[in-house]
Amino acid sequence: MGIIFFELALTGYFVATIISIIDLFRGGKESSKLMLAFSAAGFALHTAAIIFRYVAGGHLPVTSMHEAASFFAWCVVLIYFFLEYRYKIGIMGSFILPIVLLLMITSAFLPRAMAPLAPALRSHWLWIHTIFAFISNAAFAVAFGIGTMYLLQEHYLKSKHRGGLFQRLPSLQVLDEINHKLINIGFPFLTMAIITGSLWAESAWGRFWNWDPKEVWSLITWFIYAVVLHLRLTSGWRKKRAAMLSVIGFIVVLFTFFGVNFLLKSVHTFQ
Amino acid sequence: MNILVIGLNHKTASVEIRERLAFNGPKLEEGLLAIRQLKGVIEAALLSTCNRVEIYASVSDIETATEAVKDFISRFHNIGRPEFEKALYVHQTAVATRHVFRVASSLDSMIVGEPQILGQLKDAFEFALSKKTTGVILNRLMKKAISTAKRVRTETRIAENAVSISFAAVELAKKIFTELAGKSFMLLGAGEMAELAARHLINNGVTDVKVANRTYDRACELAQDFCGCAVRFEDFVHELVNTDILICSTGAPSFILFRDQMQKVMKERKHRPVFLIDISVPRNIDPEINKIDNVYLYNVDDLQEVIETNILERKKEAAKAETIIDEEVGKFAHWTSTLDSVPVIVALRQKADDIKREEIERFRNRFPDLDKDKMEAVENLANSITNKLMHNPTVALRESAEDREMMTIIIKKLYGIDGEDDE
Repeated sequence: MGIIFFELALTGYFVATIISIIDLFRGGKESSKLMLAFSAAGFALHTAAIIFRYVAGGHLPVTSMHEAASFFAWCVVLIYFFLEYRYKIGIMGSFILPIVLLLMITSAFLPRAMAPLAPALRSHWLWIHTIFAFISNAAFAVAFGIGTMYLLQEHYLKSKHRGGLFQRLPSLQVLDEINHKLINIGFPFLTMAIITGSLWAESAWGRFWNWDPKEVWSLITWFIYAVVLHLRLTSGWRKKRAAMLSVIGFIVVLFTFFGVNFLLKSVHTFQ
Repeated sequence: MNILVIGLNHKTASVEIRERLAFNGPKLEEGLLAIRQLKGVIEAALLSTCNRVEIYASVSDIETATEAVKDFISRFHNIGRPEFEKALYVHQTAVATRHVFRVASSLDSMIVGEPQILGQLKDAFEFALSKKTTGVILNRLMKKAISTAKRVRTETRIAENAVSISFAAVELAKKIFTELAGKSFMLLGAGEMAELAARHLINNGVTDVKVANRTYDRACELAQDFCGCAVRFEDFVHELVNTDILICSTGAPSFILFRDQMQKVMKERKHRPVFLIDISVPRNIDPEINKIDNVYLYNVDDLQEVIETNILERKKEAAKAETIIDEEVGKFAHWTSTLDSVPVIVALRQKADDIKREEIERFRNRFPDLDKDKMEAVENLANSITNKLMHNPTVALRESAEDREMMTIIIKKLYGIDGEDDE
């Protein structure tokens, strides 16, 4: 059952993404409603799929790459809906839904078998640590989309070449504000994920810090966003560079999330 | 019944002619009431703006009414027919409907997409309504014109882009700052275009207004005008630290603001974005400044380009609007065709017949053993009742009277014939 829901959710996101991309080139108020409807349907089915998996496995379904990518996508959609509700920027979907779809497709291609939970993972820390980690990752993913929108709009304004999206993209101020808020959420959550992770490591392996590649790369990510926040606070930092760094930051997040698992050996590598 | 539009606009008539044929002030009422009384005219409405004068009427005979209206214009404005006839356009039925819809949707305006015309048309219609010179046809026509215009506005982006320097400045400012409320603004120099743009920014909510000028007295004067404060010319660079939007229009022969100055200002502003509009010719702000992060510098040519792309954009949107109008004209034509009395008579008779047949059938089922003679008698009874009931409405519909449209509408409503009316 869970798998059917997953496939249906994937289809919902797929249609929504296609609509959102057509929307970029055509532009109409009706199609953004349709896009929202499809992504909402996808989200509902996706939620059902995760619940099924949770019931079947007895723990939060984040212990295989398939589950993790799917849950990542779910968190991104959650934040996207929240922003859409708050700011009503129809075109935002065109910059965020493709990320969701890519995560879901990655998830779909990974082995879906449910392995028994490794003894080290049987802990309440699983909940606490992963929720922090996923929310921060999702916030950074959305910040990536918003940052891209900022760079595009900034380019339009600077070059005085008003591309087709100029009218429909919101103002720089709004985009910068959203970006700032997302990093304000993502950063403390990432901090908490690292802290809870090391506490968990201590209880599972007896050491707070193992120089595991995932740990190292998380720390690199943490430094990047720390720089953004620090410079914003002290020198009212240049907004364009904040947008650029949030784009780069997310690429590092993606590497930490996927690259470490596929390329490097880590205790976070799933069996 | 027929719809007739007679009028002239900025494309067909020079301003001299438009002036002479305008119905201003008390002339509007006088003219409207007189047109309503003309031979062949059943309903009338009158629109008179600086760009157009149009008479809308529903008439019993096009030829008679057209002649009557032309004679009336000549008489009323004391102008010979040959003097204005060339500038007139006369549209009837579907073409007339389309014309009214296009005018309402601002496709026929001098600046396509400008919003005032819809309001003017509404006013003209309200006025005619209050003088009771309109009826079923024109009321419907105007209502549909307004709803079509609204559809065009929401379904196309015809009115979205700014087409003047001051509007373009506000539009760009809103893409940088979202809202202008609470933003600070400085006017450097003076000049008609600059002051207009300044006024437009202030209307859009800019609060903190500063004026700098080479002559301090002039600055004070303008500052008073804008409810702002005057700034000494030497201080303007320093004031930029607390200014979000600058309009620069001085007569200086060369640059008065350079890149290194602006860089210092940006550092002091903590890099908060700033929008600089340089409409002076020759330019007063070093174009290199645009390369600094968070500074957006537009000169008069840049703004002109914005306007030109916007005009092009509007033309594209106008094509979409025409399809919407085609659709609405079609719907309206369908509605007018249902006003013809013959189909209504047929439908009415059909309805009575259906009811009669149904009831006889039911009667037969209840008394299956009734002999043939008695059954026939019952059928005859039913026939004569329906016929008698239908006689008067049929006759009333057949009589071609001025209020026939009204009659068909009422009959359709009373007898529940095809709920075509989508109001």
